[in-house]
Amino acid sequence: MSHVQLKDVSKIFGLKVDGRMQITRALNGVTFDIEQGEIVALAGPSGCGKTTALRIIMGLESATTGSVLVGNKEIVGCGHDRGMVFQHAELLPWKSVLDNVKFGLAMKGIPKPEADATASRYVDLVGLSHAKDRRPHQLSGGMKQRVGIARALAIDPAVLLMDEPFGALDSQTRETLQMELLSIHERTHKTIVFVTHDLDEAVLLADRVVVMHAGQVREIISIDIGRPRRDIRAIQTNPEFMRKRMAIWETLHDATPHADPVPEMRPT
Amino acid sequence: MKTRDDHAGSLASESLDGLIKPAWRVPSWLITSLSLIVVTATWQIFGPQINPLFASYPSEILRAFWKMTVSGQLPTAFVSSMQPFLAGYLLAAILGIPAGLLLGRFRVLDAAFGIYVIAGYSTPLIALVPLLMIWFGLGFMVKMVIIFLLTFFPVCINTWTGVRAVPKTLVDVGTAFCASQSSIMRQIVLPAVLPYIMAGLRLGIGKAVIAMVIAEFLTAISGLGGVIISSANSFKTAEMFVPIIVIMVLAVLLTHLVSVIERKVAPWQSEIADREGI
Repeated sequence: MSHVQLKDVSKIFGLKVDGRMQITRALNGVTFDIEQGEIVALAGPSGCGKTTALRIIMGLESATTGSVLVGNKEIVGCGHDRGMVFQHAELLPWKSVLDNVKFGLAMKGIPKPEADATASRYVDLVGLSHAKDRRPHQLSGGMKQRVGIARALAIDPAVLLMDEPFGALDSQTRETLQMELLSIHERTHKTIVFVTHDLDEAVLLADRVVVMHAGQVREIISIDIGRPRRDIRAIQTNPEFMRKRMAIWETLHDATPHADPVPEMRPT
Repeated sequence: MKTRDDHAGSLASESLDGLIKPAWRVPSWLITSLSLIVVTATWQIFGPQINPLFASYPSEILRAFWKMTVSGQLPTAFVSSMQPFLAGYLLAAILGIPAGLLLGRFRVLDAAFGIYVIAGYSTPLIALVPLLMIWFGLGFMVKMVIIFLLTFFPVCINTWTGVRAVPKTLVDVGTAFCASQSSIMRQIVLPAVLPYIMAGLRLGIGKAVIAMVIAEFLTAISGLGGVIISSANSFKTAEMFVPIIVIMVLAVLLTHLVSVIERKVAPWQSEIADREGI
């Protein structure tokens, strides 16, 4: 049974440019399924609609037409069955690490003593118990994003949604967090949907990569690298890794006939 | 799960504590005190050379201050000024902050009432004093209303601006975790707006002090403003300076008090911003 289903989802924005209304089609008939426990990457160049798709799954925006099902129920707005990790963590600056993690629990209506214990457990899980009383400005970028992940996981969502979660981090911290995400997935078997424009990240983490361009799904590419995935070097030298990375790149390249239309996506 | 981040964190809190010694700098309060002493001394040295009708100087003002305090004139005036001042200022804060929050959060209210707030802020409200006197008489009430009117708008507009400056992504966090409108208001918007509210309250003190003196000049002459007028009319320049300096000191102290409260209720703000400079 598919866990998350997007059925013919379209999103039209009205954009005011120089006083005139311009219609922008951010998503155009997007359809794909995500299985229980699967990690799916939404990949593509800036403006391809991948973040819009994720925000619609979260319920932060509504689809103009089409529907989204999570666990066979059509979603309307937000829900505690989905947890969101934001691009720049977006922690509340006036709350400590622990209180930030507790925020989602409080909104879910978890009673305080239980929320305290759960929040501590998730702060532990992301390795930040020594910093639980710090405020966000006293954390490094990587630590902030760990808190963001803990906050989303603490409400025990069925689906974890992540919007370019590691995009703003230096490459070393990014690798560390990628490995940690894989290890969290190994232990919890959450369904994870993440947005990325980093092809390496997409192939490294995902079971399937939904390649998007201009608001449409170009291709869905399965990554046949077994789990658990623990050794980043071994995976990156795996022929399957390189093959699929190239396949995604070619899909994007074919989608855009101009000479250099997707400058942020080059094969290395 | 030991990682780079963790090590950095635990090192700082365990073994590095003894190594962190900030370099000694001249404390800010000392610089301020020295500056005050130099300015007062200069005034004291050159002040007596000017005709006492046109200006006065510190020792003369201090003598007048003592005389007016002992005679009871100054304490009476001070108390009579403080009553409408505090009532008007507090009323402006109590009504201005929620008004600003509502205007910022709800588009319909913004469209319906925002225009009046902007008009009220930019109109010289002093022009209304003759009318206000007809409505509220010459006593406590009219003074409180004048102080309220001049303070309400900066407090309200600052709060309003603050709400509109709340990052949309932080509100998204609330929405994504299914926070209710009131939870978003209390847990996200309000804390994010606090620094703006405090800035409005600080600006409000300056406005309220001006309003207080104007009210005492233009309605029934009384309080500290009244002392200024009557001293000036009888050419007692030193005595005129006494209430001016009292008001000045009061405004500075109250502004400082607001900053202290701000550091109490919004400590993250001063930690994020390096307010002290280099």
